[in-house]
Amino acid sequence: MPKQIILAAHFPGVNNTTVWSDPASGSQIDFSSFVHLARTAERGKFDFFFLAEGLRLREQRGRIHDLDVVGRPDTLTVLAALAAVTTHLGLAGTLNTTFREPYELARQLASLDHLSGGRAAWNVVTTSDAFTGENFRRGGYLDRALRYDRAAEFVRTARQLWESWPAETIVGDRDAGRYVTEAAPGAFAHHGDQFDIAGHFTVPRSPQVHPVILQAGDSPDGREFAASSADAIFSRHGTLEDGQEFYRDVKSRLARYGRQPDDLLVIPGVTFVLGDTDAEAQERAHHIRRQQVSPQTAILLLEQLWNQDLSGYDPDGPLPAEDPDVSGDAISRGRAGMYPDPVGTARQWRALAEEKGLGIRDLIIEVTGRQSFVGTPQQVAERMNHFVQSDAADGFILVPHLTPGGLDDFVDRVVPLLQERGVFRTEYTGTTLRDNLGLGPARPVSQVGAV
Amino acid sequence: MTEKSLHLAVALDGLGWHPAAWRLSHAAATAPLTARYWTALAGEAEHAALDLLTIEDSLDLQSSRPDGPDDRVDEVRGRLDAVQIASRLAPLTRHIGLIPTTSTTHTEPFHLSTAIATLDHISGGRAGWRPRVSARRAEAGHFGRRDIPPLDLARLDEPHAVRVVGDLFAEAADSVEVVRRLWDSWQDDAVIRDVPTGRFVDRERLHYIDFTGRWFSVKGPSIVPRSPQGQPLVAALAHSSVPYAFAARHADIVFVTPTDPEHAAAIVAEVRAAEETVGRAGAPLRVLADLVVLLDETPTLARHRRTRLDDLHGARFTSDASIVTGTPGEVADLLAAWHRAGVDGFRLRPAVLPDDLTAITRALVPALRDRGLFRAGYPGGTLRDLLGLPRPASRYAVATA
Repeated sequence: MPKQIILAAHFPGVNNTTVWSDPASGSQIDFSSFVHLARTAERGKFDFFFLAEGLRLREQRGRIHDLDVVGRPDTLTVLAALAAVTTHLGLAGTLNTTFREPYELARQLASLDHLSGGRAAWNVVTTSDAFTGENFRRGGYLDRALRYDRAAEFVRTARQLWESWPAETIVGDRDAGRYVTEAAPGAFAHHGDQFDIAGHFTVPRSPQVHPVILQAGDSPDGREFAASSADAIFSRHGTLEDGQEFYRDVKSRLARYGRQPDDLLVIPGVTFVLGDTDAEAQERAHHIRRQQVSPQTAILLLEQLWNQDLSGYDPDGPLPAEDPDVSGDAISRGRAGMYPDPVGTARQWRALAEEKGLGIRDLIIEVTGRQSFVGTPQQVAERMNHFVQSDAADGFILVPHLTPGGLDDFVDRVVPLLQERGVFRTEYTGTTLRDNLGLGPARPVSQVGAV
Repeated sequence: MTEKSLHLAVALDGLGWHPAAWRLSHAAATAPLTARYWTALAGEAEHAALDLLTIEDSLDLQSSRPDGPDDRVDEVRGRLDAVQIASRLAPLTRHIGLIPTTSTTHTEPFHLSTAIATLDHISGGRAGWRPRVSARRAEAGHFGRRDIPPLDLARLDEPHAVRVVGDLFAEAADSVEVVRRLWDSWQDDAVIRDVPTGRFVDRERLHYIDFTGRWFSVKGPSIVPRSPQGQPLVAALAHSSVPYAFAARHADIVFVTPTDPEHAAAIVAEVRAAEETVGRAGAPLRVLADLVVLLDETPTLARHRRTRLDDLHGARFTSDASIVTGTPGEVADLLAAWHRAGVDGFRLRPAVLPDDLTAITRALVPALRDRGLFRAGYPGGTLRDLLGLPRPASRYAVATA
């Protein structure tokens, strides 16, 4: 039997991948938008729905960034509500460990797992971001080098809390007057560098015991954390070869934690554009990239690399002749740094612009945001399947460019082709998200993360 | 709706407010861990057109002791997060207000603000929030960030206790202030989607809240656009002068615990005096009296059920709120008398869930309607509309207008 593909639906985010200027673009905050995308994903038998998180509005040049979609709901609150309008779909939320405490987040996630019948998932992110920290009483004092220490300790503590109630603690024996089998259930103690806590957890063991743990991050530390502690890892590897190398690398790290290759799923985030013909799809892809990169956005993206005010430049004119400013603080705040070598990248861009005769906007369109899969439904299904069968991925998180209808075509036209090939489910078979992802029961915390 | 019409809320907690409730409940012992149970309770309350429901919560395990776990195995233990329950209910209800309880002592005001604003978006303007202080050391131990000095509940008037309680309420006040500023930090018309200039928002209509206080500072703005009610409702449970002042300054609804109509009148007078003292602007507090209710078809049956529950519990049940036991008609008369004493309505705590809630919705509410004391359905609109509270403009819109 060929490998089965995992599919997840990413609600369009607050970045320029999401096109808001299109007449078909709906609200980023109305609950109906979330219901539409989640129900579409469930109609397509997707594994899970995915929400990103941002805890401070992004800024550039000291002002709130206003060119992309701005504003989003609270992750956990939306997921709990979506549990009411879906039946099988997994509900995954990005939740930052820097600005939360294990006791509180563990109980929220365990509650979501109960209220969804075992469909909760958590994308663990950890930042050392004092800018976002200004919104929190805790501040942002986490040392960058300690990010994965905190993440690992946070997850380990959460797992301890999720296991703190033995199975079947609540018996409800009315005649004997025994509600629980033991007094004061949920006892725990954790004494570590990041957290020093003890007491009793309030949430009885949930259907999955441990919600599914997702991890995004390409650094060696991130890969190691995923290998020790996560059920799935996201990546951004565009080509087959890069994907295969990443896949081999992370899967090879599992053995030292006593884990099997199937215990960690590799699920890159990808975009797609469909057309009736290949030419039509290519043309639509180009049109979408122009929508994603408005003249104003082109200048702004250029500023992120050059790290200086370029508002006087003509979006259709040539790139700046001087090199980027690498001396000062980043002018863009609230997003991850994207360019490890600004001067080198700038020189590449300049060379490419001269070679192809591109102005700023066309150059930016050329070098950023190229869609992952462009073609007819047959071509896209074929390429996706090839990616998975060639071990460049176990599945995909699809990132539509439109809210809320951006997934409709994919579900209507590509999913049936994957099903025909026998590489994607036609009905849900499991009851929990762990079941549907083919993950076994959660490993007890005592067996997780040990080298 | 006549001006005499009262407001009715139901307080949901576990399998009911009597510690032995689970012994007689028609629901399974594990029902409070399921969405189905909460959905049925909310549906029942909405069927009777109740104004709102509240969901209790705490950051420690239930206990018969004032602080820390006990050794009882014969009471309900364990619960789910109240905000998660409320949001799970929002898409399946249409009219009823949803008010979860959260701690202000150990949680981040930013997360609280965005969660309740999101609940307001999801529910189409039916969200509220009941902040409570966490005075127990057991709760503090779950966070490991601070120590709460031990409090003797019998000696809350000692200087040490006055200082500790005063600080907890002052911190809660800062928390509510931050939450409310964040709710206002997006003006209603901030999203402009202006294609010619490429701008999605008008950043002049987004505002830093720049709060700095004794315990924390928060920059803002929120990540969540302004919600349907603008300001979701804030409710406070209050038993004495410190929380009355807190409610007068920061809340929209106050739940109080009188023992009889005279006491109810005295508390209402004290609340109104507190409003005067703090210089409250805008609509006066909606004052709802909390009552534990145990209903049955005859006075004798109700009394017997009460006795049976107390026997199972092994002691006579007492509560911070008065406990009323009787027929729907008797309790309707009692509510009418208290209403005449000046309270705007009631938050009823069913002794046994779902049993006493069903008795409220199917017998007590019709009895109140027969007396012309409760409306027949929902007039439509937000929770603010239901309680006759206007939708406030953003404080920042006023400042820049």
